[in-house]
Amino acid sequence: MSEETKVIRPFSAAAFDQYIAEHKLMAACCTRCGGVYAPPRAICPKCQSEEMEWIETSGKGKLVAFTVILSGPTFMIEQGFDRRNPYISGIVELEEGTRISARIKGIDPIKPTEIKIGTPLTVDFVEFGEGEKKKTYLAFKA
Amino acid sequence: MPASRSLARGVAMVGAGMSKFGAFAEKNTRDLFVEAFKEMKKTVDKGFDPSIIEALYIGNFSSDQFEHQAHIAPLLTDAIGLAPRPATRVEDACASGGVALRQGVMMIASGMADVVLVGGAEKMTALNTAAVTEALATAADVPYEIPAGFTFPGFYAAMASAYMHQYGMTPEHLMNVAIKNHDNASLNPNAQFGVTIQKWMEGRVAAAIKKGKPAPTWSTIWDFLHDEAGNPTVAWPLRLFDCSPVSDGAAAVLLVAEERAHEFTDHPIHIIGSGQASDSALHDRPELTAIPAAKIASSKAYEMAGVTAKDIRIAEVHDCFTIAEVIASEDLGFFAPGEGFKAAEDGMTARNGSKPINTSGGLKAKGHPVGASGVAQAVEVWKQMRGQAEARQVEGDVSLALTHNVGATGSTCVVHVYERRK
Repeated sequence: MSEETKVIRPFSAAAFDQYIAEHKLMAACCTRCGGVYAPPRAICPKCQSEEMEWIETSGKGKLVAFTVILSGPTFMIEQGFDRRNPYISGIVELEEGTRISARIKGIDPIKPTEIKIGTPLTVDFVEFGEGEKKKTYLAFKA
Repeated sequence: MPASRSLARGVAMVGAGMSKFGAFAEKNTRDLFVEAFKEMKKTVDKGFDPSIIEALYIGNFSSDQFEHQAHIAPLLTDAIGLAPRPATRVEDACASGGVALRQGVMMIASGMADVVLVGGAEKMTALNTAAVTEALATAADVPYEIPAGFTFPGFYAAMASAYMHQYGMTPEHLMNVAIKNHDNASLNPNAQFGVTIQKWMEGRVAAAIKKGKPAPTWSTIWDFLHDEAGNPTVAWPLRLFDCSPVSDGAAAVLLVAEERAHEFTDHPIHIIGSGQASDSALHDRPELTAIPAAKIASSKAYEMAGVTAKDIRIAEVHDCFTIAEVIASEDLGFFAPGEGFKAAEDGMTARNGSKPINTSGGLKAKGHPVGASGVAQAVEVWKQMRGQAEARQVEGDVSLALTHNVGATGSTCVVHVYERRK
């Protein structure tokens, strides 16, 4: 199959979420300047090019900022989180240089002062719900 | 980046007023706005006929979500008897009010109108806290930030984590900001929390005794602020007293063409600089210890005004969380990066300090009805610059002041510079 006939998924949230559901952390890569973006972008913010392609990231990165949330939104409460069972949300810088928001696992949220910025992380995926309601969330684990 | 611009003609503020901020079960957005408009009218020294107002810009984040009422601008305009004047709602999350102010400035500077009313209004307390949290979260990058579990306290907490890592700040340093802003709000009759943290703590002890419960053993406000029972963690490292409240309130200012200011007052406040910038979601920024849009907006406002950060006597900044005030004090150029938390600790930002910040009590203690906040900042500046801030009046000449209003995590920032001439 030639390059031209391959189906290229749009650089949209729906396409990104579909990749997440397939347990792939994909990024949009600018074919002109090489900028890599996860979350994806349809237009390169560095050179304004509209020529993007999907690449699969290494899934490796490091923690650049985080918080331990004790009072979360409804969908997190439904997943069992509360003051006694808090969770970590963070910003992760991937090896490719792009940064993304994700849940952070494999670190004790009860001892936030021991959580280190710069901690190496690898991509992980959290599934919640059954059947049609199943949703996959992007996560990273220490 | 496009070159800087200047105003095509001068703009003066000749009236400024606000409703009381707080939680008012019996008042809707319209009632709050009418209250603010009436307060504003009282401040116009020579009086004026409201029918000369030519247009309205109203900052409002989300009456749709909070009150199930969209298209609020014409309703508010009609409520003060000013239909059929053009009325526009301005939405840039928590910067809605400041951006509405900028629209008013531009309408006058462009010559489209001589007299413009700028308002801001938000009624938030009809929803419970969880629903308010989710409504505010819609100001984030919903598909890419929210699935990570982030809340607004969470975003600013993440910025605090990066700041602590880079500069060695501790969560205790942030408490200085809350203590100062509550102190200022205790002298502001319009504030939602018009009490110092000391009085708040004493109230909690008294309430426990009255209910026959064991009285908490806090001996100082630091004990209280360190106790999960007094000051619970919301999103580490931020605790309850690091966060602005859920509020109802409105504010209004009257802007006129500079050459007509004398018809309204002999003591106008001139708006001489305006800057605005936008940015990506928080995760997409190369630095998390500053808000780049605030640096850009303030540099544009300073350049237009022909002043520098050190010329500014007082500032009302967007302290939706205590860390936001620390970062703002650096982004605006008042203190070097990494020095803002030390300046707060040393009292430099107190009313009697070298750079008073949030003399009104700020969003933290005056309250944060989101769409109103940017306009209410202009109301405080108006009072301080005219020597009408009563018990919280700063000493000396306030001839230059600044307001800094942020939307979401800094995806919007708008800054204005104000001048009182002799």
